[in-house]
Formats: sequence, structure tokens, C-alpha cells
Amino acid sequence: MIKGRHIIEPTDLSVNEIDQLSTLASRIKSNPEKYLDALKGNLLATLFYEPSTRTRFSFEAAMLRLGGQTIGFSEPNSSSVSKGESIADTIRTIGCYADITVMRHPKEGAPKLASKRSNIPVINAGDGGHQHPTQTLTDLHTIKSLKGTMSNNVIGFCGDLKFGRTVHSLVKALSRYENITFIFISPPELAIPIYIKDILSNHKIIELNSMEDILPKLDILYMTRIQKERFFNEEEYLRLKGYFVLTKKKLELAKKDMIIMHPLPRVDEIHTNVDNDPRAVYFQQAKYGMFIRMALILKLLKGDNHA
Amino acid sequence: MLKVDSIKKGIVIDHITAGMGYEIFTELKLDEVEYTTALIRNVSSRKYGKKDLIKIDNVVDLDLDMLGLLDPNITLVIIEGEKVVDKIKLSLPNEVKGILNCKNPRCVSTIEHIDDITFYLANEENREYRCEYCDAPYYPKRK
Repeated sequence: MIKGRHIIEPTDLSVNEIDQLSTLASRIKSNPEKYLDALKGNLLATLFYEPSTRTRFSFEAAMLRLGGQTIGFSEPNSSSVSKGESIADTIRTIGCYADITVMRHPKEGAPKLASKRSNIPVINAGDGGHQHPTQTLTDLHTIKSLKGTMSNNVIGFCGDLKFGRTVHSLVKALSRYENITFIFISPPELAIPIYIKDILSNHKIIELNSMEDILPKLDILYMTRIQKERFFNEEEYLRLKGYFVLTKKKLELAKKDMIIMHPLPRVDEIHTNVDNDPRAVYFQQAKYGMFIRMALILKLLKGDNHA
Repeated sequence: MLKVDSIKKGIVIDHITAGMGYEIFTELKLDEVEYTTALIRNVSSRKYGKKDLIKIDNVVDLDLDMLGLLDPNITLVIIEGEKVVDKIKLSLPNEVKGILNCKNPRCVSTIEHIDDITFYLANEENREYRCEYCDAPYYPKRK
């Protein structure tokens, strides 16, 4: 039963529960009118302690499309947080007004702390470089919708694998499926952390410094940007950001049914001349993200008794 | 041979890794109590060569998680009527609550007051614990 739970990391949901959410998301996508009033009278609070447009819009759109409403802040300076209010006090107060809350915070573990003090479900919308479970649900739902299954795929992760929380969350979630080969493509400075690799002891892992040789073998290529805000030094950022760019020419090496995913926003790691290729699914992915968030909010608030 | 009176009712903290005795003695604040205690260092040990030993002639509550974290080799010997009535072999605890602080500067515990952080044992061989909030590793010092 998902109703009333907190979603702090991808593994808070079982493989079976993720499957149920994906099924519901597909139902909503094919018949959105049926769910227009499903959450009428319910309120979602969006607590965004650091900037985000996509994730916040995705949650807000999800709630509004289910007939619910939203309140919240999109940067802490416009809230009591600027007066020094603790996360614990903020969440206790928000729990008096809203039915469910979504939190993004630059500090790792902040949503988990909030969930311990909250009487309403808390959804982690990204905590620093740590976890981003609804991006993971988006990615899993995209893979399931477009490849049919999570298992038996060769998946390449390319770019910033050290700080990229979307990659960490997705790898952790995929570790529960069978027969996946993980290919990690990054400069050594941005390699996947050891504690993430430790989770994959039952899977095949390959680490590479370039994507060309492996492209023909991939079923899924998951690209990430090198995030400027994760660096202290601009020179280091400029040196690394041009690495591992996917171009139309490189894509000629890939399978015809490979899919290219990206959590967005894209900077220059995928050339715009790739966008019209049918394998580029990163904008569709954002739409899948809204539908899976609709399914999640609906299940957290109504359980199986939804429209 | 050093002679220390036997305990009537109390605890012997045995098999302390040689050199750790003083730290454990002060961590348990035994240097502040008024009942009889003894810290004996560098005792010959068949098993370890040398060991430290603490005798406490009183009934006290010990935090076994904290002791296990400081030195998982310890054996607690419970004494009643000058006789051994129980022996407890410590090990690295599976989780410790409210003892360790996270050192990861990105962890939420650096900005919020949290006095009950739990660390989970992730790898016994490496003595690796992980913060419940940020998953950052923590290695309790090894003597």
C-alpha cells in the first residue's frame, strides 16, 4: 500500500509498486479526462530551497491536472526559512495546511529529516547530489514504456557520474532488476562513486573514458550534463564540460532502436542536431515524468481508491 | 605481579586492545566516580599478547554500542558475590544512534540540530558506517 508513505529514495518503492505506478501513469496518459477531478479539494505544498523549474513545474502540473491545487515557495528567501526557521518547524507548519508536500533542498538528507517530523507524505524532489526518486520513477517509466522492460538491457551512463544524483538514484533502482549491463562513461574526475558500484555486485559493470566504442552495444544511452554548481572552480568546469558530447555523427554507430535519455536541462552534451532523431526521447521523457508524478501523488493520497 | 582486589559486585571490561584502556576509562567517565575502579594496562594475554583491563566495583549501565564501536574486541564479565555470572562478547554494532556526527559538509545534519543520527554498519571488514541522512561513510578510528 503506497498511501500515506514518504518517498525519499527510489528503493522506498518495491519493484512491484513501481510497476503499479507505471501502469497507472500509462492509464492516465491514455485517458486524462477520467482523472481531471481525482484530487479535487487536495493541496500540494512545493518547498523548493534551491532553484528548479522543471521538477517544480512537473509536480505542479501533475497536481493541477488531477484537479488539486498547489502552494509553496521556489526559493528560500521568499519564506520563513530566510528568518532562520528549521526544516523541522517548516514541515510541521506546512502539515497544518497541505495534504502532501514535495521538497527540494541543497543539503543531503533534508527531505528524510522532514519526513521524520511530518504528518503528511513527503516526496524528495532532489537533495543535493544525493537522491532524486521521482526523476528515477520518470526514467524507469520511460524505459518501461519505450523498451518494454527494465531487465536485459545494456545501459550506458555518460557525463558527470560523480555528482549526478539522477544517475545515482537510477542505478540504485535498476540494481533490483535482472541481467542489466551497466556501462559508466566519464572522465576519471567525474567517475561513478565506489559506494554506488558496490550496489551492483550482481551485475556486469564496465567503466570507460569514451563513448564511441561502446555505442553499438547500447540499448539505452543516459546522458547527463556537467553541472556548473557542483564545481568550486570555473576553470575546472570549463575544462570538463566539453567532454563526451553526443553528435549526429557518433549516433550513426548506435543501434536503430537505442533510446537516448537525459534528465534535462541539456547544455551542450547532446548536440541539437540529434534532437530530431527518433531515438532522442528526452523531451518525451519529461512528459512521462509528469504522468508518473500524477500516478504517485494519486496513490500517496488515495491509495487504490482513485478514479 | 600487580595485585588488585577482586570485585564483589560489578563489571570487568576485559580484552581491551592494549592502549585503548585509558580512552575507554575516560569515555565512561570512570575518572569522575567515587566507587572503586581500576585501569590496568599492558596485562599479558594468551590471546592478544597484551591487553588492557578495567574493573568496576559497582553496578553500572554501560552503552554497549558505544563500547563496541570503540573496541569490538571487548568482553564484559559480570561479577556477583565475587563470582563470574555472565560474559558478554562485544562486536561492532549494526547501528549506532546519537553517538556519531556526520562529517559530510553537504549533510543536512550540518545545518539542523539533530541529536539522534543513526549510522548503519555498511561494511564490517572496513569498519564502515553510513549516515542515515546522506549515506556518507564514517570510519570509527582504529587503534
